[in-house]
Amino acid sequence: MNQRIPVTELSDTFRGRAKEALADDQLRTNFRVAMDSLMQKRADAFPDEEEREGLRELGNRIKARALSRLPDLLEQLEAKLTENGVNVHWAETTAEANRIVHSIIESKQGSQVVKGKSMVSEEMEMNDYLAERDIECLESDMGEYIVQLDGEKPSHIIMPAIHKNRYQVSKLFHDKLGVEETDDVNKLIRIGRETLRQKFMEADVGVSGVNFAIAETGTLLLVENEGNGRMSTTAPPVHVAVTGIEKVVENLRDVVPLVSLLTRSALGQPITTYVNMISGPRKPDELDGPEEVHLVLLDNGRTGAFADAQMRQTLNCIRCGACMNHCPVYTRVGGHTYGEVYPGPIGKIVTPHMVGLKQVPDHPSASSLCGACGDVCPVKIPIPELLQRLRQENVKSPAEQPKVKDGGAKYSARERAVWRFWRTLNTRPGLYRLFLWGATRFGKLTPKNLGPWTENHTAPVPARRSLHDLAKAHLARAESQHTGGQS
Amino acid sequence: MTDLFYDAAPNATRVAPERPKPRHYPDKPAEVILFGTCVMDLFFPEAGLDAIRLLEREGLKVHYPQAQSCCGQPAWTSGYVDEALEVARAQLALLDNGLPVVVPSGSCAGMFRQHYREVFADEPDTLKRVESLAERTFELTEFLLHVCKVQWQDLGPPTQIALHTSCSARREMNTHLHARELLAGLDNVERLDHDHESECCGFGGTFSVRMPEVSGAMVLDKTRSLRESGAAEMVTADGGCLLNINGSLAKQKQAFRGRHLASFLWERVSGEVRS
Repeated sequence: MNQRIPVTELSDTFRGRAKEALADDQLRTNFRVAMDSLMQKRADAFPDEEEREGLRELGNRIKARALSRLPDLLEQLEAKLTENGVNVHWAETTAEANRIVHSIIESKQGSQVVKGKSMVSEEMEMNDYLAERDIECLESDMGEYIVQLDGEKPSHIIMPAIHKNRYQVSKLFHDKLGVEETDDVNKLIRIGRETLRQKFMEADVGVSGVNFAIAETGTLLLVENEGNGRMSTTAPPVHVAVTGIEKVVENLRDVVPLVSLLTRSALGQPITTYVNMISGPRKPDELDGPEEVHLVLLDNGRTGAFADAQMRQTLNCIRCGACMNHCPVYTRVGGHTYGEVYPGPIGKIVTPHMVGLKQVPDHPSASSLCGACGDVCPVKIPIPELLQRLRQENVKSPAEQPKVKDGGAKYSARERAVWRFWRTLNTRPGLYRLFLWGATRFGKLTPKNLGPWTENHTAPVPARRSLHDLAKAHLARAESQHTGGQS
Repeated sequence: MTDLFYDAAPNATRVAPERPKPRHYPDKPAEVILFGTCVMDLFFPEAGLDAIRLLEREGLKVHYPQAQSCCGQPAWTSGYVDEALEVARAQLALLDNGLPVVVPSGSCAGMFRQHYREVFADEPDTLKRVESLAERTFELTEFLLHVCKVQWQDLGPPTQIALHTSCSARREMNTHLHARELLAGLDNVERLDHDHESECCGFGGTFSVRMPEVSGAMVLDKTRSLRESGAAEMVTADGGCLLNINGSLAKQKQAFRGRHLASFLWERVSGEVRS
């Protein structure tokens, strides 16, 4: 019997949550089906391998170039946006970012916010922060709307409600909105839209994320497919965009390959239905658009990653989600198992800088290092290499001064001693051969229960003779035959 | 289309698509070293011996240094850098004689070829020797195919098999291409595709014991798709995956099994039949 566990009651460890997710057949089917389809869509969107690899290399270098000048570009962005009439705010922490957003809404005596999709606002837990201050935040992206309606968090950075199938959405709409159940996806979308349309008109403030912030022109670029992004950023009188500092790129030309990489990697689309380029508030001769535009630039640990040459590569990320679509672990356990805003392979490498390794001690280990994520990353972040690095930081003792926030979360003197013994065994040939001798001689005594290994396997019984032994005998025989033949 | 992108970004470094450079293969040498790997040493020694037999069949003199142990991969992927470094140093010293090194396991070969550079990143003097080892390291199927250029006569009965390749080996060593090509040269062997063939089997070294639930779900899916492929057996050139897949099949009490590609190939070309 598969009883779904509400997200709020999930276990507090990765392994615990993984166990719960793995027992949920519906959840596993939903993810497998969705991820298979997304992998296929991406493959179809890049029919030419040479073009794809060239574009990925280009994307990587554009981001590397932008990051190499990050402080300069951010200053340029601020100057240009200010010139365009956009108010730029800096926030080192999510708490600061929330205070800024709240004070903007307060200054307008606002009580209703409509939101386009924004992962940074999830990082800030903006909805909760504002709700506590009697400000209603309504998610307008269909997926976000669904998870908000169900009191959940997004399980995927591009498709927040991908863990639900249409029947589950239908039931949710029936329960929460009192509408008739239907398995027609178009009808479901229409139901959602009818609710949202009114809210766009009533909202005091629209909040959105940003895909790319262009320093040269002071432009905020936002891609989306539902038109809700355009509505959120143009219908309400005030638009507040929130984004991470790593989203800045040098100029508009850089954006062309990056957008192509983003939409093709994420959903297999040549381009999204809407590409919004926001360059400032409504001008006197314009008919629509907000009267005020704000940009909140959030750090939240990003400068920590920036300071580390290897981990800086995490800031290349353009949030396409291809790594999770291709991840055999994510596919099986789903996004909620990660317990953080960013799930999947990218979540495992960006989260430690945001919240510290102590909060996500198992994230670096939750990978078989199969490399599928690194292979598909549109900006070539070497995710497996960075996971390995995080594992290093994770097992360091305090004396070894871990270089990642709250590193050493998995330091264990006992485990270190095991690896020291392993090292001694493998660096002293005599001892290693003695070990082989013992293991092969007493292999039959291998216990039936070898802890976690024997949960999934029978205990491996060593062979009766090691390869060292067999090879020695075989090669000696070959040698004697050879010399025998010569004499 | 591609041109459009490049013209669109004149101030981005113009980038020619980076193609993986085809590896240059040397002529067949007279002597090679076999690096047996720790997993094969203890659990699949017969397959290691079959690798030696296959190489000898090509007229090579095979050395098996008795001082070899493990490439260091388990500690490296677990984050224990110092321990990995010392074990890697011991193997490097042992293999520092200029002879080609053949490894019957893709991920261990990948450790020599790709990751020793990272392991020894802080030792510029050692890096020269690391580069030499990387240059001389060949995964078994790659070596048989491209260096020995084997032309085999298939002496075995008609059979259908599934091929599993380790992820790191596929990524770092192209083992899937090499193994497929070798198998394609055997007239009586048909290789059947299986569902989600390129997906990880869930081993991942210590991952399998740190995250047994997730790893277990992965190997369960892998063994199911292998069984459902219709193949009589699975072959693989990676000891770690083999340990994982066979251990899981035994636990499930399935009759289906995998075995090392070296043993399979030896049977086909030698005509030796084992029960």
